[in-house]
Amino acid sequence: MILTLAFRNLFHDRIRLAVTLVGILFSIVLVAIQLGMYLGSSQMITSMIERSKSDLWITAFGAKSFEEGGILLTSRERHQALATPGVKAVVPLVVAFAEWRKPEGGSTRVVLVGTDAEDGALEPWSLVAGTWQDIKSPDAISADDTYFRELGINGIGDTAQIAMGRVKVKALTHRIRSFTQSPYVFTTLSRARSLLGADSDKATFYLVQLEPGANVEAVRHELRTRLEGAEVLTKDEFRDRSLRQWLFRTGAGLALIGGALLGILVGTVIVAQTLYSSTKDHLNEFATLRALGSSSGYIYKVILAQAGLSAVIGYILGILISLGILYISRNTPLPLVMTPGLAGALFGLTLFMSAVSAISAIIKVTRIDPAMVFNR
Amino acid sequence: MTTPVLEAVNVVKELGKGAGKVQALKGVNLALVKGELTLLMGPSGSGKTTLLSILGCILTPTSGIVRVEGEEVAGKNAEELAELRRKHIGFIFQSYNLFPTLSALENVRIALDVIGRKGYQAALRAEEVLREVGLGNRLKNYPSNLSGGEQQRVAVARAIAASPSVVLADEPTAALDSENGHAVMALLARIAKEQNRSVLAVTHDPRTLGYADRVVRIEDGLIVGEERRPQGLDAPEITDLTKRRKANA
Repeated sequence: MILTLAFRNLFHDRIRLAVTLVGILFSIVLVAIQLGMYLGSSQMITSMIERSKSDLWITAFGAKSFEEGGILLTSRERHQALATPGVKAVVPLVVAFAEWRKPEGGSTRVVLVGTDAEDGALEPWSLVAGTWQDIKSPDAISADDTYFRELGINGIGDTAQIAMGRVKVKALTHRIRSFTQSPYVFTTLSRARSLLGADSDKATFYLVQLEPGANVEAVRHELRTRLEGAEVLTKDEFRDRSLRQWLFRTGAGLALIGGALLGILVGTVIVAQTLYSSTKDHLNEFATLRALGSSSGYIYKVILAQAGLSAVIGYILGILISLGILYISRNTPLPLVMTPGLAGALFGLTLFMSAVSAISAIIKVTRIDPAMVFNR
Repeated sequence: MTTPVLEAVNVVKELGKGAGKVQALKGVNLALVKGELTLLMGPSGSGKTTLLSILGCILTPTSGIVRVEGEEVAGKNAEELAELRRKHIGFIFQSYNLFPTLSALENVRIALDVIGRKGYQAALRAEEVLREVGLGNRLKNYPSNLSGGEQQRVAVARAIAASPSVVLADEPTAALDSENGHAVMALLARIAKEQNRSVLAVTHDPRTLGYADRVVRIEDGLIVGEERRPQGLDAPEITDLTKRRKANA
């Protein structure tokens, strides 16, 4: 009967129910968008690191992120790393921001990634046109089809200039997005060095692959001892460092989290206000229940059930709208991401928000004098 | 001598604070026994509703003793008082106090739900008591679709559903026309007699006198008179109602 009464109380006043649901829905959509952007941004920031097949990353000291490593490492560090027990391979990677001159004039900034896919540490993925062999051909690069407009190109065969040299689009990736909004452009290691004017033994990172059974911590410790001017990070550490740099040092992540908190606050206030007014309207009924001998707990359950029902209905509507927005955003440079974990967390958040909203109503009910049933 | 199911001994109740403090009850003694319909009559402001609230464990007395089925009320907190009400007391209110969003059947079921009786058995019991009060054909109706008399009969069914030993009614006929008023009083008298419960009804209504076994008069916070009336169940309306019930059945 608790659920029945809660349901009827809710649906008795449909306008108030609509206001409650809009409050929850607004809150869910806002939080889903903010956290979806946060997740989407996180994925973009860490996609290269996550895709790499490496146990450890050697970076120049103080490298802030994947895009900001500098081209400072030399073959000396590579040879020292290769001589370390437990190390199977040390694969160089060149990554740097570079100017992209569009074929029709104007320029933009790209992140040039120089890698040798044969080394098995990092290679372009989601290739929808062309192959790695095409990227290896003279002057070839791969571009991402999401950024055609920014790059001023239309597809395979277009030419442009990166920093110091002419390049030709020979392969296309699909939806490899960049948080910095500077598109990723893949090419071979040597061509990247050449375009950027770097020496042939220079690298931004060395991706370390270990012998089977090697102890990661022990190898890392040994590498740190040998490589005094460089840092040796695990994949997780480098991923976290990149996230910190782009999401927190730039304030972008705080803005997203702030937006999500605002959504929660607004939703809680709206739901609390409508629940309170609903409880006030049904105060005589709650007093009657109390006179009939119901415990306080029984009445709290009715109010919490009202809050819970509002939460469930509001969540379903909110998540449907959020999924719609997610779908629309899938081809934009900043796609939103929804994971089962986030959907579950949003549901938990909605229930929590509704339960908190019920507090004011519960306080009101706690003060009910059952004697009021005789005064009507 | 019959043991009282509900008893007030020298009950005093002060309301308000400071200069506004008034003594609503000034030492009331009253004992209710099973099988009787007692009317509590008195002018407005005489303390009828205050006494009803204290007997119903909704208010606690300033001093004096209240016992429900031999259990003393003094010192109990709000939850313990609610438990006493759940176990022993059924209420009928002047304005029915039905839940407008619940059907007649659900209004009775919720009283059972409160005491922990749930599910199919509770639904059967709710239906049974609604049939007892002559509303077997109105189970699914909402209060807004019931007449005042029918609503008060739902309230009576709700009050007796959990089989309390005491039923307390606050002005049960005040909002009803003559015919419905008689019907409800007949029902209360029958509940007292046939179900062996103690029924106390606070009333101003002289039409109700014919149904009472006992009439207690209160004035200015004191019991000023008491009379026993032998007619009880023989009142003509009760006989009519019994006949109607049999005809319905």
